[in-house]
Amino acid sequence: MPDVRSIAEKVRSKNAGPFWVTIDIFCGSKGPYDRISAGLNLQAIAERFDTSAALIKRFDLPNLHVIKISVPRPQVQGTPADRDMHGAAWAALVAELEVV
Amino acid sequence: MVRVLIPSGALGLGYDHDALERGIAAKPDLIAIDGGSTDSGPSYLGRGVSKYARSSTKLEWAGLIDAADRAGCPLVIGTAGTCGAGDAVDWLVDITREILAERGMSKRIAVLKSDQPARRVVDALAAGSVAPLSPAPDIDAALVESCTNIVALAGIEQVTAALDTGADIIIAGRTTDTAIIAALPVARGIAPGPAWHAAKIGECGALCATNPQSGVIQIDWDNDGFVLTPLADGARATPHTVSAHMLYENADPYLLHEPGGTLDVTAAQYKAIDDTRVRVTGAVWHAAEDYTVKLEGARVAGYQTVILALIRDPDYVAQAQVWADDIVAKCTQKTLDRTGAQPSDFEIEIRLIGQNATLGALECKQGNPVELGALGLVTANTPELSAEIGKMLNPYLLHHPLTRDEEVPTFAFPFSPAEIDRGPIYEFCLNHVMQLDDPMETFTLEVIDA
Repeated sequence: MPDVRSIAEKVRSKNAGPFWVTIDIFCGSKGPYDRISAGLNLQAIAERFDTSAALIKRFDLPNLHVIKISVPRPQVQGTPADRDMHGAAWAALVAELEVV
Repeated sequence: MVRVLIPSGALGLGYDHDALERGIAAKPDLIAIDGGSTDSGPSYLGRGVSKYARSSTKLEWAGLIDAADRAGCPLVIGTAGTCGAGDAVDWLVDITREILAERGMSKRIAVLKSDQPARRVVDALAAGSVAPLSPAPDIDAALVESCTNIVALAGIEQVTAALDTGADIIIAGRTTDTAIIAALPVARGIAPGPAWHAAKIGECGALCATNPQSGVIQIDWDNDGFVLTPLADGARATPHTVSAHMLYENADPYLLHEPGGTLDVTAAQYKAIDDTRVRVTGAVWHAAEDYTVKLEGARVAGYQTVILALIRDPDYVAQAQVWADDIVAKCTQKTLDRTGAQPSDFEIEIRLIGQNATLGALECKQGNPVELGALGLVTANTPELSAEIGKMLNPYLLHHPLTRDEEVPTFAFPFSPAEIDRGPIYEFCLNHVMQLDDPMETFTLEVIDA
């Protein structure tokens, strides 16, 4: 099955303050948007982030062909355990999910 | 009608000079620029210093002082010196005095400070006027007192008070990114919905348009909306680029919590006026019952020494995790045996660059790297212990063998000494709001004629 990256135009992640990371999936047009919107599983995202689906915010924005996922940071920004100060790399965990 | 010129997303990132000239010629009511955020990490707030070079800051700030002088309008910067702590504000005030002296200019400067003495926050905590946001670390008086800097994010009330001094230049400590832009239109009677919405769209300069590096944009408010115009050659704002900016660094694309209320853009409409400009209407502002400001605090999380080794031998690349785990176990034991430190006094970690250094346990891909970087991280409760353990870790990363009988291997150190003492490292330890009876009660405003 194809992954999110192969269908979407761009997947990016960034801090939304020190305690959240937000991932934007830019689908580009209606076809890819509908496909990812229907096939992206919140539980699968939660497992990738080793967290509970109840803590994740998901917004499907059909006008922008964007799906936005916000997750509490796996580590708070800048703590000794944090590996990614700007939250730039966590996009990969969603980009590499299979779209069912 | 109110017009605000925004030269770029942050002072220190540069701006397009031709575009700035166009903005000056259009006679803005205010030039507003952001000076920072939490995005570069807790060290800046912890130390109260700027991320950007002084020479770059001075050059760009001087250009904006000249621009405001020629446009005949005030110039405001929020979150001065990256973190908006008092020392960083003073740093920019010092640069400003230097610029004015070199130019033979006289200007009135308003300095708004957002620093919160720990005692003030401890008292508010005891009085029940500090509330956690989600997710918030547990806090108590001792934790608050351990912060090296605490700031509160000012909103439009405090920025308006600074503008009302009649100052030519307003240097503000920590503010929300949006407040420095939204304050003037609200003060002039524009509805708060479009005022805050435009501020959110414009706070990163031309990031809401094509050619995002060009920086310079202009916002014009009217009675029920605003027009966003990027000013650089070839930069275009479209309904898509503008509306998509609500996604940026924002956990919720429809709601933005600010001091005194919440911006709600659920019903916003974005319409192209022509190839480059977009008109936006429909945002609303929900005023909150209580006036709260968000707190940011940073404290020392330990002292760190880092060390880097490079592994090119294919046998070691293939078994790097076993090798690294063995080093951590042996070096931890040696530290306990030789330094008198307790297990809770320190931590040793090795991250394998090329394998899973970025995502750690969350990594789910594997590859066949040609080489790996072994990044050793020692975090300890004193700088002396951190340095001592770094020196103990050094020979392991240079020579540790996978098996006892093989010839002692040697790995590549890219520099000497291989270990680097980073000094104190900081962590953010507040994600809370504090309720105020009067928006100015924990902020200070000073006017300087320079």
